[in-house]
Formats: sequence, C-alpha cells, structure tokens
Amino acid sequence: MTPEEILQALYDETLVGNAPRVLELTEEGLSVSMEPQTLLFDALIPSLEEVGARFERGDFFVPEMLIAGRAMAGAMERLRPLLAETGVQTVGKFLMGTVKGDVHDIGKNLVNIMLEGAGFEVIDLGVQVAPEKFVAAIDEHQPDIVGFSAFLTTTMPMFKANMNALEKAGIRDSVIVMVGGAPVTQEYADAVGADGYAADASQTVKAAKRLLQEKRSKVPA
Amino acid sequence: MHPLPPLLHNHPERIADEVRTTAERLRASYERVVIGYADCGTYGALDAVCADLGIERLPGLHCYDLYAGSERLERIFDEQPGTYVLTDFLARSFARTVLQELGLDRYPELRDTYFGHYTRVVWLAQQPDDELRGLAEQAAASIGLPLTVVETGDVGLDRALADLVGERAG
Repeated sequence: MTPEEILQALYDETLVGNAPRVLELTEEGLSVSMEPQTLLFDALIPSLEEVGARFERGDFFVPEMLIAGRAMAGAMERLRPLLAETGVQTVGKFLMGTVKGDVHDIGKNLVNIMLEGAGFEVIDLGVQVAPEKFVAAIDEHQPDIVGFSAFLTTTMPMFKANMNALEKAGIRDSVIVMVGGAPVTQEYADAVGADGYAADASQTVKAAKRLLQEKRSKVPA
Repeated sequence: MHPLPPLLHNHPERIADEVRTTAERLRASYERVVIGYADCGTYGALDAVCADLGIERLPGLHCYDLYAGSERLERIFDEQPGTYVLTDFLARSFARTVLQELGLDRYPELRDTYFGHYTRVVWLAQQPDDELRGLAEQAAASIGLPLTVVETGDVGLDRALADLVGERAG
C-alpha cells in the first residue's frame, strides 16, 4: 500500500471501528517510515471528527462512537510513545474521572474519545475517584483541565467536595475545572464554582478549547 | 391508560416533550390526566411539564423506587454501587431494550465498556415465576454478572397509583 492508501484505509477502518485492522494499518504505516503524527493528524483525528459529526447529525449512535473510539485507542497505544519522542505538542492535557460513589462512565468515555480525537492528551482516572485522588493526580500530571463526571443526582454533590479538596490543596487556580454528566446543568456547574460545563461530548471539546484559549491569553508574556 | 413507547427510557431527554404532547391531547377527552412516570432520568424536565400543565406524576426518581421503595433501593446501591437493576419489564425485553440498544448484539466487545464496573444484577421481581426467573438469569448471564433476586411485588406501585389517582377524588 502507498502511504496515501494507508491513510485512507486508516481513516475508513477507524470510522467503522475495526480495531484489529486499525492497529495493522498503524503498524504498516510505521513500517514504511510514515511519521506517527501523520497517521494521527491526517487519518485518525479526521476520522474521529467525522464520527463526532455523524453522531451530531444522528447518523451514528453511542455504540458506533464507542467502537470507533476503541479502534483509535488501540492505535494511540502504539503511537503515544512515538509521539512523545518526537515532541509533538498536544492541544492540552485533560485529566478526567467519575466522582466517588459513581461507577458510570459511558458518557465520560465518549468525552475522552472526542477529546483525544481533537488532539488532547487525556488521562483517565476511571470511576469512583475520591477527591484526594484527583488532587494527587493534578499534582502528578499538571493538567490544563480537570473534568468531574457524575451520572447520579446523589453523586453530583461530590463536585463540590472535589472543589473543596482542590481549594484546600491550594491548586484550585492552577487548573480549569469542567463538570458534566446527565443530571448536570449550567446552573449546577455555576453553583459548585466550576469553570465550565457542556451538555455532550462534542460541546465539551469546544468548551475545553475555549477555556484553554482564555486561560492562555491571560498568562503574561 | 395510554402508554408511551417503552424505548423512551433509553432517551429520557425526549420523555418530557412526549408526555406534554400526549397529556395535552388527552385533556380534551378526560376530566383528569395523571402521569404514570417517575422522574425517569428527565432530571426535573418532567416536573416542569407537570407544573406547567397542572398535572401530577408518580413519585420517585425511577420505577425502581416505586417497586423497592427508595430506602431499600438506597441500601442496595450502598451495598454495591456497581448494581445493575432489572425489573420484570427489563427481564422480558432485555435483548431488545438493552443488548440491541447498546449495540452489544453487533459489538459484543463493548461488554466491558458498558458493564466493566458493574458487579451484579439485582432483579426487582414484581411477579416472579419460573419463566421470568429464567429470563432474568439469562439477562444477567448475557452481561456476565451474577443475579440477585429481590422480591418486591407490586404493592409499592399499587399504593403510589392509588395515591395519585385517588388524591383528588376524596
């Protein structure tokens, strides 16, 4: 296959979520000396963007997004260390987790897929993440943004507990805080003092980029 | 009784509008309309419709509250946050309403994506019999989780319906 054919196939197979084939094509691209960032920016990310667009149009549903995300994640496992070696800058670093007491993560995973598809580095702490674990992870990874996810009205109050933990640790102002999840509203996000909220995965990406841009524009030169 | 499509529960963001449309239509033909939904994942949108139309709905967050009672349900989730709840309806329709809707019939490899953090299935059995028990066991097995049966009967739902319908009759 020519490099162009590899890119096209990588785009097509990611779109339909054919994870084994996506990994094969990634290996094939690397074996013919294609740059990892070419595979990422010219095939994988555009394909995920198309997945997101189809989801917004109602042509794709949650399973199709998840399956495409899994396919991309497999390729990213292979590419991530290579990208790090080449020093490619990501859009930003996003630390994500479902709050303590809540095991729901499908929405969070969809957001992760879209963020990674938009060029963010995503660090996912998983589910039932306690406030102190968020604090420790922020210390360790120094993310630009931290996202708290909750699916239950009974676990939403953990947003405030997390905010308090960040305040107490003295790191609240060092990171942008976004919150989301099925029961969450803009009003609730404002009430807990979050910097951002979005109603779905693609809106999250847009809001994250905007918040990051705003923050960077405030940093003195 | 005028049912709405059961698959609305997979799209709770659509419930409030559907209820509004149906309730407005029915008000022309009935002296009184009540809503046989709990909040059902509308996160207040259904309450807004009820307030707007001056009608009432069943209490609670979900049908699970009505069958098991909210305190008992809370205990079930406290014991194991990773509890997936079945009702008789879900046990009967699991292949269609859950497996197919989640795409697990097409992409079985998504099993862990959906259920990786769950530790058990609890069937709130309203009218348990051998057939339903078999279906509930089959549903739990299809997502690789052990089944716990909690017999609830229909008494909670009956009482809530009686309160809802009878409230203004007295």
